[in-house]
Amino acid sequence: METYLFYALALILVTFSILTVTARNPVRSAVYLVSALLAVAGFFFLLEAEFVGAVQVLVYVGGIMVLFLFVIMLVSIEALDRQPKVSRQWRTGVVLAVVLCLELSLLIFRGTVSLEEGLAEPGIITTTETMNTEAVGTVLYSTYLLPFEIASVLLLVAIVGAVVLAKKEI
Amino acid sequence: MAEWIIVYGIIPFAKIAVIVLVLSGAVAYMTLLERKVIAHIQVRLGPMRVGWHGLLQPIADGLKFILKEDIVPARADKLLFTLAPAISLVPAFVVFAVIPFGPPGMMEDLLRWVLSPFLDAAAVESIATHSAASGGFVTDINIALLFVLSISSVGILGIILGGWASNSKYPLLGALRSSAQMISYEVALGFSVIGVLLVTQSLSLVQIVENQREAEVWYIFYQPLAFILFFICGMAETNRLPFDLPEAETELVGGFHTEYSGFRFSLFFIAEYAAMVTVSAVAVTLFLGGWLRPFPNVEWLSFLDLIPPLLWFVIKVFLLLYVFIWIRGTLPRYRFDQLMGYGWKLFLPLALANVIVTAGVVLALM
Amino acid sequence: MDLNYAALLPEILLAVAGILLMLAIPVLPSRQQVRLGYAASLALAAALVTALLQWGDHGPAFFGMVSMDALGGAARILFLVSSAAVALISVSYLKRERLRHGEYFPLLLMATVGMSLMAVSADLIMTFLGLEILSISSYVLAGYRRGDPRSNESALKYFLLGAFSTAFMLYGIALLYGAAGSTKYAGIAEAATQGQAETATFLLGLGLLLVGFGFKAALAPLHVWTPDVYQGAPVPITAHLAVGSKAAVLITLLRLLHQVFPASADQWQTLLWIASAATMIIGNVAALTQTDVKRLLAYSSIAHAGYILLGVIANSPRGAQGVLFYLAAYSLMTLGAFAVVQVFARREERFTKLEDFRGIGYRHPLLSVSLTIFLLSLIGIPPTAGFYGKLFLFSAAVEADLVALVILAVLASAVGLYYYLQLIVLMFMKEAASPPEPVPVPLAARIVILLMAAGTLYLGVYPAQVLSIAGEAAGL
Repeated sequence: METYLFYALALILVTFSILTVTARNPVRSAVYLVSALLAVAGFFFLLEAEFVGAVQVLVYVGGIMVLFLFVIMLVSIEALDRQPKVSRQWRTGVVLAVVLCLELSLLIFRGTVSLEEGLAEPGIITTTETMNTEAVGTVLYSTYLLPFEIASVLLLVAIVGAVVLAKKEI
Repeated sequence: MAEWIIVYGIIPFAKIAVIVLVLSGAVAYMTLLERKVIAHIQVRLGPMRVGWHGLLQPIADGLKFILKEDIVPARADKLLFTLAPAISLVPAFVVFAVIPFGPPGMMEDLLRWVLSPFLDAAAVESIATHSAASGGFVTDINIALLFVLSISSVGILGIILGGWASNSKYPLLGALRSSAQMISYEVALGFSVIGVLLVTQSLSLVQIVENQREAEVWYIFYQPLAFILFFICGMAETNRLPFDLPEAETELVGGFHTEYSGFRFSLFFIAEYAAMVTVSAVAVTLFLGGWLRPFPNVEWLSFLDLIPPLLWFVIKVFLLLYVFIWIRGTLPRYRFDQLMGYGWKLFLPLALANVIVTAGVVLALM
Repeated sequence: MDLNYAALLPEILLAVAGILLMLAIPVLPSRQQVRLGYAASLALAAALVTALLQWGDHGPAFFGMVSMDALGGAARILFLVSSAAVALISVSYLKRERLRHGEYFPLLLMATVGMSLMAVSADLIMTFLGLEILSISSYVLAGYRRGDPRSNESALKYFLLGAFSTAFMLYGIALLYGAAGSTKYAGIAEAATQGQAETATFLLGLGLLLVGFGFKAALAPLHVWTPDVYQGAPVPITAHLAVGSKAAVLITLLRLLHQVFPASADQWQTLLWIASAATMIIGNVAALTQTDVKRLLAYSSIAHAGYILLGVIANSPRGAQGVLFYLAAYSLMTLGAFAVVQVFARREERFTKLEDFRGIGYRHPLLSVSLTIFLLSLIGIPPTAGFYGKLFLFSAAVEADLVALVILAVLASAVGLYYYLQLIVLMFMKEAASPPEPVPVPLAARIVILLMAAGTLYLGVYPAQVLSIAGEAAGL
C-alpha cells in the first residue's frame, strides 16, 4: 500500500514539477508548483512525519506561494507573451543536460551496490506515533540547537540584504 | 468482509456526506440569519416573503444561483477561473474532518444506535470499537490544530487565483489585497494559538477539550488575550467586515469575485461562510471548552448536562457566528493601511507578548 | 554532551557586534557613521584575540555540531585577519564613494560568522548554513554600489548562479544523508568505511557536493561567473570574495575530502585533477588578455585556486599543510594588491585599467613598491611568501606522485609571469600618459598595505613559524 502511494505521489510530483518549468504563464507555473509542494507534503505524511508535512503545507503553500503569486500577479501578462518561450541557449542547455545525465548514470552503474540497497537504515528520529511534534521540538532544541539558531542569523542577513538592495532610499 | 466495507467504505463516506450536507445547510441558513440580524439592527424586517418570516429564502437563493447564467469573461484564464472556486471551497470543508463535535465516545454510541437494527450484536460491537479511535466526529489526529491552520491557509489561493484569472482590474486589486491581508493576519493568528498550545501541551483538538475538562476551566479564562486576537484575526482571515477589503463593494465593485456569477459565485460564497463556521468551531474548541457545558467544575450547574454535548458545541458555535454578524452590522470598514498597521504593529506584538508571558508562567508553574 | 558556549565565542562576539552595529545606525548622526567601520574592525580584532586565546582547544561543542581542532582554529584566525583587513580598507572606500556605512559592516561581520562556522563545523548542516550566511551577505555586498549597473550585474550574476550551485550542494547533502544515515562528518566517514563509499547514492552525493564547492571556489569549469562578479563588486568586497570567501570554501573542501571522504579518494582525486589542471590553464591564459586590474586579479585568483587544489589532491598531511601555508600567503598578497587597487581607483573606481597604472612608479612609491611586492609574490619569486607557498605545495604534490600536474602548474605559473610582470613594467618603465593627479592614501588603508607587504616579506624570509602552525593544523 505504502509503495503504491509512494509511486502515485512521485508521479504527481514529477508531472507537476515538469509542468512548473514548462508552463508558459508564470501564474500557471505557480499553481503547478503548489501541487508539487502538496505532493511533497504527502511524502512527509507517508513517512509518518505529520508535523513536517503540515508545516510544509502551512509554510510553502499558505505562505511562500501566496507571496510568490502576489509578485507574479503584478507582472503584465502581455509582456510575458512577447518573451521567447525558451532561451536562445537551449542547445547548449540540452547538451549539458545530456552530459549531466550520462555522468549521473555512469555513477549509478559504477557503484557496486544498487541505489536501493545503498540507502542507510531509516529511523534516525525514532518516535512513537503520538510524539511526532514533541520529537521534532526536542531534537530541534538539543542536537540541532546550533543550526536552528544559526538559521536565524541567516534569515537576518537575508532580510537586511533584501532591504539594502531593494529600498528606494536608505 | 461486510464489516470491512462498512468500516473503511460506508462509514467514511457517510461522515463526508453528513459534513457536507450539514455544513451546506448551516451556511445557507447563516445567510438568512445574517440578513435578519442586520435587518433588525437597522430596524428593518429583512426577508419576509418566502416562507414564514423568510424561512425558505435560502432555498430560493440557492435555486437562483444554480439557474443563473454562468459567465466566463472572454479573456479570462479558463482553467484557473474554473478551478479557483473549488480551491477556495474544498479546504473550508476539509478542515471539519478534525473538529470534534462531541466527546470521544459519541461516535461509538451513535454507530451502535444506527447499526443495531441491521446487524447482529457482535458485528456492531466490532465496528464500533473500530471507530472508537476516531474521537469526536470524523477523526482525531495528533496534529489536528496544525492541520486546521495549514489546510485553511490553502484556501487563500482560491481567492488570489480567482481574482487574477478574471483578467480584470477590480478582481486583481481584490486578490492583491487579499494575499497581503491573509499573510499578515495568519502570522498573528498562528501566534495566538500558541498560547493555548503552551497551556495544553497538545495539538490534538480532542485532547485540548479533554484537558479543559480535566483543568475544570475553559481556556478563555487562561488566555483571554489570545482568544480576542484569534477571533479578530479569524475575522480578517475570512474577509469579514470590518476586514472585508478584498471584496469592499464601495471600492472594488465586488472585489475578487466581481466577474463570477451563478453557481461559481455561490461556491465562493459558501466557502467564505464555511470558513466563518470553521473559525468559530476552532475558537470554541480551543477557548470555550468544545462540547463541555459552561463551568464544568461547578456542581450545582450539573442540570446543564441535560443538554447533550453535541448541542452545547452547536450553541457555542452559533453564538460566535452571531458575534460575527453583530460586528458586521455595527462596525465600519478599515482603510487598507490601517488594516496592515493593526496586523503588524498591534496584533502581532500582542500575540508575541502573550506567547512569551504564557511560556514564562507555564515554565514557572512546572 | 556539553553545550560549551565558549567554543564559539568569536562567532557569538561577531554576531552580537553585527546586531549592535545595526542598532547603532539610526542612533548615530550621519557624519559619525564612519565610526561603524572602526567599531566593526574592533569587533573583528576582539574576535581575533579570543580565537588566538582558544588556539589549542579541542573537542566537540553544541552536541557535536561543531568541533574545535587546530585546522578550524587556524582557519578562523585566517578569516578574521582577512575580514579585518577588508573592513579597514572599506572605511575610506565607503566614505569616498559616498555609500552608506550602515548595513555594510554588519553584513561583513555576518559573512565572517559564516566563514568561521564553516571552519569549525562538524556537520554538513552547519557547513551548509555557514556557507549560506557567507554567500547571501556576499551577494548583497557585491551589489552594494546600487547606482552602478556593473555592481548590479555583479550581484545578480553571483546570486543567480550561486543559488543554482546551492541547490546542487543541498541535493548532494540529501543524498549523502540518505546513504550514510547521518549528516555528521564522523557519521559519514564511518559509513564510508563500512562500504557505503562504493554505493551510487554516496558517490552521487559526493559529486554534487563537489559541484557546489567548485562553484563557490570558482574552479574551472564553474568559474565563469568570477570575472564579472569581481569586476562589478566594490573593491574591498572583491578582496573579500577573492580571499576570505575563497579560503573558507577551500578549507572546508580540504577538511571534507581529507577527513570525511578519504575512502572515495580515487574518485574525487580524478575529478579534482581535471578541475585543477583546467583552472590553472584557464585562469592564467585568460588573464593574459585582460585590460582591467580587477579582472586581471580575478583571473589570477582563479589560477591560484588551481594551485591550491594540488595540495588537496595530494590527500596527505603534507598537502594540507601546503594548502594552509599557501592560503595564508595568498591572503596576504591578494588583500594587499586589492588594497592598493582600492586606493588607486579613486572616486567611482575610475582608474582600474592597466593603462592607468602607466608610469606611476616613481610618483606614488608606496603604492607602486608594495604592489610590486604583492605581484612578485603572486608570481612566486623569492624572497616573498608566494615562493615558499608554491614550493611547499608543489613538493607535497610531488611526494604524492602528481608529477604531471606539478609540471603543468609550473608551466602555468610561467605564463602568469607575463601578465604580472607586464603590470610592473607599466608602472616603472613607461611614461605616464596623463598629467599627475594626487592619490590620497587614507591612514587605515596605508596600515593595511604596509602590514600586508610586511607579512608577505616576512613569510618569504622566515616561513618556518607559519609553516609549523600550518603543520599542526594539518595534523602533522
